Amino acid sequence: MTTVRAHDARATDAPLFPPVAPEDAEWQRHHLLDLDDFTVDELERVMLNTDAMKEILSREIPRVPALRGTTIVTLFYENSTRTRASFELAGKVLGADVINVSASGSSVSKGESLIDTVKTLQAIGADVLVMRHNRSGAPYLAARHAECSVINAGDGLHAHPTQALLDLYTIRNSVGDIRGKRVVIVGDALHSRVARSNIWSLTALGAQVTLCAPPTLLPAGLRSGEGRLPPVHVETNLDRAIEGADVVMALRMQNERMHGGFVPGMREYSRLYQVNADRLARANPGALVLHPGPMNEGVEISHEVAHGLQSHVEEQVTNGVAVRMAILWLITRTGGRAARAAAARGAL
Amino acid sequence: MHDTIMSADDIRRAVTRIAHEIVENNRGIAGLVFVGMRTRGVPLAHRIARAITEFEGVSVPVGSLDVGLYRDDLPERGSSVNIQPSDLPEIRGQRIILVDDVLYTGRTVRAALDALIDYGRPERIQLAVLVDRGHRELPIRADFVGKNIPTSRADDVQVRLEETDGDEYVRVSAAREAEVTR
Repeated sequence: MTTVRAHDARATDAPLFPPVAPEDAEWQRHHLLDLDDFTVDELERVMLNTDAMKEILSREIPRVPALRGTTIVTLFYENSTRTRASFELAGKVLGADVINVSASGSSVSKGESLIDTVKTLQAIGADVLVMRHNRSGAPYLAARHAECSVINAGDGLHAHPTQALLDLYTIRNSVGDIRGKRVVIVGDALHSRVARSNIWSLTALGAQVTLCAPPTLLPAGLRSGEGRLPPVHVETNLDRAIEGADVVMALRMQNERMHGGFVPGMREYSRLYQVNADRLARANPGALVLHPGPMNEGVEISHEVAHGLQSHVEEQVTNGVAVRMAILWLITRTGGRAARAAAARGAL
Repeated sequence: MHDTIMSADDIRRAVTRIAHEIVENNRGIAGLVFVGMRTRGVPLAHRIARAITEFEGVSVPVGSLDVGLYRDDLPERGSSVNIQPSDLPEIRGQRIILVDDVLYTGRTVRAALDALIDYGRPERIQLAVLVDRGHRELPIRADFVGKNIPTSRADDVQVRLEETDGDEYVRVSAAREAEVTR
């Protein structure tokens, strides 16, 4: 799968070079827990490195030795297909060793505490711990007790930073600068760690974010501005919310969390909040459709929109591998192995 | 104290001479592909290719290579952890001229050789550098050299090019000075 580009033309045309950043600041972040404290510069650096990782993935043999000798452990207390698979692939493309641990079938099911599990995996030699947990904040606890890097692959209702980064990358790939662009996030924002992390990164780069959901599925304090999240627009009517949108992000209706009488029924929900062709027609022409997956087709998104021309859902999955490679690369530039190697060379 | 080792004119002449040497040694330009190593090898590769186009009347392909993911050491102080996309033409069966600004320990070139071979098997790889400052740690040598500069390991060699830095010179700062100016 190689793309042939017009290289010959370049030899004579005056080429444009990006200016060299004067002595780039080093990457400081040792853990990736959420995007709430990410600077614009950090977001831009992740995007830049993701471009390079995509190039690697486009090669016939996508494999580089960058993280040779690095051990990545994925520790998942919740089910996952795409996040776990893409972290595993991202690690392997960079040459790392990847070990997968599930809560079921490990000592966790024998009652081992989270801290003990983290310490055990570290003692085995983990340099990076990729962790998903059903409790909000669990990765923060792990990070406090770990010397290795901790990457949050989704914690409870709180955050899913790599999903937000891949969404950001996918959006930027299509629309370019997102300043002033209208992003509508539709669906169960209350239970959505994806929505929360996305709100941080999208607003940091100047997008106008609108949350659209039934009042029962909106996080508390959003409208009043009392919550911790940055200010977003709230609109409970999807037909109005989607008007003039540049990006429409549908969230999964989380059936496993729908036992609190949040909506009268799935049929009513889908009638009022499904992203379908009629509603999409009210958005800007060519608006992007995103979904973090897995999709409940016919509930929050119609089959034709999910697989239509404006859907970037598959691209999101592909970009997910590249973004996670960028994160693994950047985060392993700090502490642990990098510092030890530098100390051994007398460089620090 | 720092000494200017090459002026803009010196750099221009060195690039032109290297271009001629490359064509002469390869008996023409058939199958030549220029690969510049980021950052400053890229504009140098374009300049050499442009010079060849001027006197041979045919354009030659130029690509760029980021070797950050292939290094066996941490990037040298001050250099970026950021990786940029490599952009290479077909290199299988081609004669690659790898271009960089400074040849020092040879570790960056070693990384570049690994990276290149991941893209395919070239017929051969030759190395062109603007400055060779010595102190090799690997059995690597340049085929085309703009200028050999005797340095001490503690010296700081600065190459500045119009395209990347808005300035054009090669300077060597003596050891102590190099520490202070950083």
